[in-house]
Order: sequence, then structure tokens, then C-alpha cells
Amino acid sequence: MIELLIKSVFQENLALSFFLGMCTFLAVSKRVDTALGLGLAVIVVQAITVPLNYLIFNMLLLEGAWAWAGLPDVDLTFLKLVSFIGVIAAMVQILEMILDRFAPRLYRALGIFLPLITVNCAILGGSLFMVERQYDFAESVTYGIGSGFGWALAIVIFAAIREKLKYSDMPKGVEGLASAFIVTGLMSLGFSAFSLVTP
Amino acid sequence: MSLRQHLTAPLIGNNPITLQILGICSALAVTTTLSTALTMSVALTVVLCLSGGVISLMRHHIPPSIRLIIQITIVASIVIVIDQFMQAFMFEMSKKLSIFVGLIVTNCLVLGRAEAFAMRNPVLPSVLDGLGNGLGYSLVLLIVGALREFLGTGSLMGVPLVTTVAEGGWFQPLGLMQLAPSAFFILGVLVWLVRVMRPEQVERPEFRLQAPEDGRS
Repeated sequence: MIELLIKSVFQENLALSFFLGMCTFLAVSKRVDTALGLGLAVIVVQAITVPLNYLIFNMLLLEGAWAWAGLPDVDLTFLKLVSFIGVIAAMVQILEMILDRFAPRLYRALGIFLPLITVNCAILGGSLFMVERQYDFAESVTYGIGSGFGWALAIVIFAAIREKLKYSDMPKGVEGLASAFIVTGLMSLGFSAFSLVTP
Repeated sequence: MSLRQHLTAPLIGNNPITLQILGICSALAVTTTLSTALTMSVALTVVLCLSGGVISLMRHHIPPSIRLIIQITIVASIVIVIDQFMQAFMFEMSKKLSIFVGLIVTNCLVLGRAEAFAMRNPVLPSVLDGLGNGLGYSLVLLIVGALREFLGTGSLMGVPLVTTVAEGGWFQPLGLMQLAPSAFFILGVLVWLVRVMRPEQVERPEFRLQAPEDGRS
């Protein structure tokens, strides 16, 4: 279990080795504090949606899941995309309302990032990986927390580097997007060294 | 904008990946070989055209407050059809692409074009806009895919072009090209090249470095 946690944070980092959530990763990483806010929101949403999608997939969509209702042949797995994205969108909306009601300060800090998360492919990707790798419930909880944490870690480090990068004197054309890609490449190279670490 | 411009503008001038920064996730992940890049390009272009057309057809009937959910549902339905089609007819390829066909749902390029273009324009320009953006995306994907496969294994589309050292030739495959970091490097250099050719695409820096005026810093 610890192995899975470490693997999902470092070796199989969603952002740096699977390129998930890259659009938000590049767009919301100009300052460390906003990156931190988005990272926290991703951890929370990922830790909730992956186990929730596990339950929905195994109890409602999997072949034979409707056997108790006398429909043993129903196989709804093709609906997984629509139902996962629905769960994510609904979850984000509910989380937004709960935070607004009970933790207004946190809501103001995370507020603008929550809607962004619906279209963050790291969230949907986490759920799809959970199905593809056939994790059980405990594993999917661990994977949700670990992968969310890994994504947050990557974006915070990247934002910190980018804040310093603003002051550097680069050739025209490299500054901005091109340098962001190259820095991400170097980070990804660094993270791939973690594949040697085995607990 | 004339109809032809909808098709040609996104190729280089307004390329979805190098300028609009949309749809990057899949662009990097599926480019280890040219064949996966090609499949993904075709899948995404089809989704873009269809979703542009359908959303544009329904644009007068979609209430603004829930338009995102409706758009995502339409896109997801189209993607499911493509996903099922690939699992039925090209099973090997769908295993290789693993979750990335499904992730077209959250590809910001599809949603971005739906929101920015298809919601406000008639059907024909929307389909052409989808096609143009799909082709611009495919162009970048194919360049990156071809470079990574050729430099990483010495072959294209699985056909060996040069003999590698392991087989007694001279070509030393660059293993890094098959790993994740190389995709970032190649895309970074590509963006740089495009911006050298088209300097107007360079983002305005937040501030300029200045030499200290009185010699002290």
C-alpha cells in the first residue's frame, strides 16, 4: 500500500510522466500561492472522486452489477466516461457549496480554481487509471490521495521555478511558453530518477 | 473571415497547441510512435468536427447557465462512440492509447472551440473550424511523433529506416526520446521555432530587464 502511494506520487506522477492536466499546469503556474491553492483543490477532489467513481463503476456499471434486480446480462461499462465526468462535475459543485457554507475563507482561497478542476484531465485520468489497473477500494483511496498529491507537488515546484525564471534574460521566442516546456521537461527528467527508488 | 480562413488559420498562425495552449496533455502522451500519434490525430479531428457541428446546431436551444454540462455531455457521447469503435476494430491500438482516447472528453481544445466558436456560429463554419483546429493539432502531433519514433528507435510507423547499432549498423538509438521528458523538450523547441518565424506570437513579458542606471545595482 505504501509502495502504491509512493509510486503514485513520484514514479507515476500524473503531470510529469503521464502529461495529465497540462493545460492548467501551464496556465495557473505563474505564482506559487495560486499554484498552491489549485494543488490543494486537486488533492481534495481527487481523493474524493476516485473512490466514489470506484463505487459507482463496480456497483452500477460493471457487467452483472444489476443481477439483484433480475438483469444479470446488463453491461453498462460503456457509460463510464459520461458517468465519471458527471460525478466529477457534480462533486466539484457540491464541494463548492459546502465550502461556501462552512469554510468561507477556504472557499475564497480556492473558489476560482474549483470550476477549473472539472475540465482538468488529471482528475478524469485518475478515475480511468483506477478502472484500467483494477484497483480495489482501499487501493483506489490510496491512489486518489497519492496522485492528487503528486500533481500538486509538481505544480508548486514548477511555479516556484517559474517565478525565478521571470528575471532571467532569455533569447526572444524562448521566454514564456517555450521555456515553460523545457523546464517541465527537466523536472520530468528529475522525477524519472525516482523510478530507482523502491521501498 | 472567409470559410477558407477557418480552415487554414489554425494550421500555423493560430495553432491550437503552440499558440492557444490547448489540448497539450494528449499531444505529449501519445507521441512515442508515429502510428499512435496518427490514430489520436484522426480521433480528435473527428470529435472536433462532430462536436462543433452538433453544438452549433443546438446553440439556440442551450440555456447559458448549464451550457458547460451540455457541451461536455455531447462531447462525451461522441467520444464513447469513437472509443467503442476503436475497441471493436483496432483493439491493439486502443490498448496502446489506453486511457487517452477517453481523455478527449476533457481535452480543453474540444471544449475551448465549442465554447469560443461553435456556440456563436452557424453549422458550416463551426465544422470547418473544428476541422482546421484538428488539422493544426495533428500537424504538431505528427511532427513530434515522427521525431520521437525516428530518433528513439530508428524506424517510422514500425518500419526500420536505418540499421541500428544493435543490428550492426551505425545508428545509435536515443533512448531518452521514448521517455516523457523528450516530448516536453521537442515541443518547447517547436514553439521556439514558430515564434522565431512569427515574432508577433511572443507573449509580452511582465517587465523588461534594465541595466542599472547609476552603475550600482
